[in-house]
Amino acid sequence: MSSIRVRAQIEAGIVTVRAIINHPMETGQRRDQAGEVIPAHYITKVQAQCNGQDVFTAHWGPAISRNPFLSFQFQGAAVGDVLKLSWTDNMGESDTSEISID
Amino acid sequence: MDSKRRVFLKGTLAAGTVGVAVGTGLLTPAIALADRPKTAFETTTIEDAIRAALGAGNPQDSDQITIDTQDVAENGAVVPITVTSSLPGVTHIAILTGANPFPLVASYTLGENTKAFVATRIKMGETSDIIAVVKANGRLYSARQKVRVTLGGCGA
Repeated sequence: MSSIRVRAQIEAGIVTVRAIINHPMETGQRRDQAGEVIPAHYITKVQAQCNGQDVFTAHWGPAISRNPFLSFQFQGAAVGDVLKLSWTDNMGESDTSEISID
Repeated sequence: MDSKRRVFLKGTLAAGTVGVAVGTGLLTPAIALADRPKTAFETTTIEDAIRAALGAGNPQDSDQITIDTQDVAENGAVVPITVTSSLPGVTHIAILTGANPFPLVASYTLGENTKAFVATRIKMGETSDIIAVVKANGRLYSARQKVRVTLGGCGA
């Protein structure tokens, strides 16, 4: 199952994208019960493309909340166009989701 | 333990140097912004973080930037924030706060047809200002909004 839940809805020519990504977003500053530092594990980059064009890039640090929420808006797309959203984290993990605009 | 601390200090000093290099024009913003502005997220002062993230400093206060958030955040682990701007030609939006060890929270790059709007949720360790810095037509503008945090978000 994808770690990304995303919707892109068009209204009056403006596409609103809303996404939630399942991710721990560990800061690397917390300790577990044994007092050991929990290693930092957070998304560093989220990239959105529509019709092959970059529409939105997020560079994140660990201060983004766990299971990050992200919303942005763009113009110049139509119903049925494909929006591709992908993320990568500091441990090299990544995921991608493709949806059509509705 | 002590050696780790040394490494940390070295890291922050190095980050500061890059910030200065960007500020003095030794590195062009295009190069600095080409990939993840990694040092920007490891910089400990707001001013240096802005320079490292956006390639310039000293943003001008603007009432054409709106920060929509809570005045009082009961849970610092999840503080919703929306930044919008009516400035023309917005290419970048950065979010910073003095509430955390490293001020830069997020740096967004917008496409040609992308609206100056971003909503996200951030962690805040303590009561502080949220600062939004917008790059529009190559110039920096900023706005700030105080958020009182009743339960710090560092434990989450």
